[in-house]
Amino acid sequence: MTFRKYLVLAGVTVFAAAGDSMLSHGMKQAGHISLSHLQDVILAVTNPWVAAGILLLLAFFASYMNALSWADLTYVLPATSLGYVLLALIARFVLHEEVSPLRWIGIALISGGVGFVAGGPALTSHHGEAAEEAEVASRGAKP
Amino acid sequence: MKTLYTWVAIVAVTLASVIGDVLLSRAMKQVGDVHDLWRRRGLWTVVGRVLGNPGFFLGVAAMAVAFFSLLFALSWGDVSLVAPAAASLTFIGNAFAARIFLHEKVDRRRWIAAVLVAGGVALLAR
Repeated sequence: MTFRKYLVLAGVTVFAAAGDSMLSHGMKQAGHISLSHLQDVILAVTNPWVAAGILLLLAFFASYMNALSWADLTYVLPATSLGYVLLALIARFVLHEEVSPLRWIGIALISGGVGFVAGGPALTSHHGEAAEEAEVASRGAKP
Repeated sequence: MKTLYTWVAIVAVTLASVIGDVLLSRAMKQVGDVHDLWRRRGLWTVVGRVLGNPGFFLGVAAMAVAFFSLLFALSWGDVSLVAPAAASLTFIGNAFAARIFLHEKVDRRRWIAAVLVAGGVALLAR
């Protein structure tokens, strides 16, 4: 794991949390959208919060794909679940919402899970996988 | 009946997002380490390889199905049930699917992580 890879994982976490918050904030401003007025969804995109949220979620998707290109799914998912913790902390300290004891326990569990997975290897070494073999061959020698 | 619909929708969300995650993860492993590829061949090679991978589009389609199933689930059930249930089940489902379909080595460490995060999400999202 290099610094760049930690940065990508941090990007997945932060972009998802920030994108979801902005989208949620913007959609509350845009108001209720019913199934019979689906065209309202298109109007909602003109809300700056919604637009910014969508851009951030695109950034999230790019960093998520980046992470999946060099790490296992069962590594990336727990490692980036700190976003949930981030959202709860934003709710508590920025939006001054009440965070119940049950939620604090949830935060502790997620942080514990992240600690567990972060200590292990990021990628299972597959031998015999076509793409990886081609990569190794083109690079000369890398295990 | 509404409870049944809600749970069917939750299971649909979970299945679709697990399928999406597995397909996307497989596609990106086929593409290879994006950073290395970018440095050696340039950005357009990366973009071309990702967009040239059919699994990538199937994965995105599965994610879209998951998103719309979530909308349906939310219209039948409470957000305090639907969101944490779907997120938790997805973590557990992904651990199984990654082991079976991606042949990832899901050792005890990763199982504990998946269960802790699933439990934490369930508590956090109510």
